[in-house]
Amino acid sequence: MALKHIRKGRTLLAGILLIIVLASTVLTGCGAETPVLEPKARLKLATTTSLYDTGLWGHLETLFEKKYGVELDILYAGTGKALELGRRGDVDVLAVHDLPSEERFIADGYGVKRVPFAYNYFIIVGPSADPAGIKGLSPEAAFIKVKETSGAFVSRGDDSGTHAKEKAIWKAAGLDYEMVRQSGQWYIEAGSGMGPTLMMASEKRAYTLTDIGTFLAYKGKLDLVPLVDKGETLLNVYAAIAVNPEKVKGVNYDMANNLIGFLTSTGIQKLIGDYGVKEYGTPLFSAYSDEVEQ
Amino acid sequence: MTEIWQGLVRAIELIVTLDAEVIEITWRSLTISVIATVLASVLCLPLGALVHFRRFRGKRLLISLVQTLYSVPTVVIGLLVFILLSRSGPLGGLNLLFTPAAMVVGQVVLIIPILLGLTISALSSVDRTIADTARSLGASGPQTAVLVLTEARFAVTAAVIMAFGRAISEVGIAIMVGGNIRGFTRVLTTAISLETSRGDVELSMALGLILLLIALAVNLTLNRIQR
Repeated sequence: MALKHIRKGRTLLAGILLIIVLASTVLTGCGAETPVLEPKARLKLATTTSLYDTGLWGHLETLFEKKYGVELDILYAGTGKALELGRRGDVDVLAVHDLPSEERFIADGYGVKRVPFAYNYFIIVGPSADPAGIKGLSPEAAFIKVKETSGAFVSRGDDSGTHAKEKAIWKAAGLDYEMVRQSGQWYIEAGSGMGPTLMMASEKRAYTLTDIGTFLAYKGKLDLVPLVDKGETLLNVYAAIAVNPEKVKGVNYDMANNLIGFLTSTGIQKLIGDYGVKEYGTPLFSAYSDEVEQ
Repeated sequence: MTEIWQGLVRAIELIVTLDAEVIEITWRSLTISVIATVLASVLCLPLGALVHFRRFRGKRLLISLVQTLYSVPTVVIGLLVFILLSRSGPLGGLNLLFTPAAMVVGQVVLIIPILLGLTISALSSVDRTIADTARSLGASGPQTAVLVLTEARFAVTAAVIMAFGRAISEVGIAIMVGGNIRGFTRVLTTAISLETSRGDVELSMALGLILLLIALAVNLTLNRIQR
């Protein structure tokens, strides 16, 4: 009896060993269609959520991977988180949109160079009934009005580029952001990406600040309309930054530069400028030219 | 209501037509969690036997500690593994953050307490005389351990299955150290979380249904074993 059990125990052990062997073949990719671990070269990109939620990266990813024979791993992170991942060395290259924090990142030595590759505009959207009556106002006046009427406002609240722009508008409106943040339940901090924040604003019949690209890509799912779309502060420039290998050890600098070269190449610039025409009837981004920021 | 019905119909369609993305995500989820469960089992079964058979100071305390860790929040493990594996962390040189391997590591850490604790209690429920008899008949320590483990095989298997259930259904670790990268570290739970917040309810529902089916299969197996 005891012996029989010991033998059974051995069969169990053999079974476990077999599973390990099988698992390791899956890990190394032999015989599996979607191997979990591959020896193939990888490039890690942290991208602002708006570029991701518009589907632009899904569109560019395969093209880049084919051209350079590399796996592009795209992490969905607001600008603040993306820059932090860069500082920690957990990604090789960033696609972000907050000029002041980009400049700080480079001044601190973490980034080599800021290379703009696309732009569009921010807009303020809200329910079509527009209870706060902000339609056609300047962004600053609109923000003040939303606050005064306690119309619900959904903030990204995630240190993203859009969140930074929102703070800048509050400041330009002469209000202290911390004070705004603490001033009541009308101010909702979502703590998530652009797409999810738009979904939340729509559910809550609230106002929010969004880039026009993500709004257009999500329009069909939303009960929101553009209300404010004019104002100098609303320019939104997307830039790519390679993480500096001299400051942060182990990053894939060469491939990061390949990605930046790819994004600014004539063919891809044209593609970015045309992106969205087919699906949404209008382009979501404009190709970058040097005049934009002047 | 119509949204739910349409979503459900589309979800079933996605599953029945073996949609490539659905299959890929499911396969990845299963692979990662099976590997984590196997690794944790290989570690915890002998370790559990060791703790059970050895007498040492603080044994009760150790067991209480292990049992407390059953309910450790996944996000805390996510944070811990993130700090360890980040390039600026102590194990950064391994270059594992945002890979499936990092998710395996996290899930192993998550289920070690469950496997260890349940293995120890499974062994405790085996009649002491069996071990004593084996020892008196001249069995070595490891032989006795294998014997008692085999005696407790149903309870041990149940522990392994429960650990697998915990691993495949967690989302905190997967999203924090996996990064939810499409085609690389996106698994059932992280895909559901992201796609729902981004408004793609159909894919979420399809993946949710699959996760439910896996949970059902796990529970049916558990029931069969425990009967």
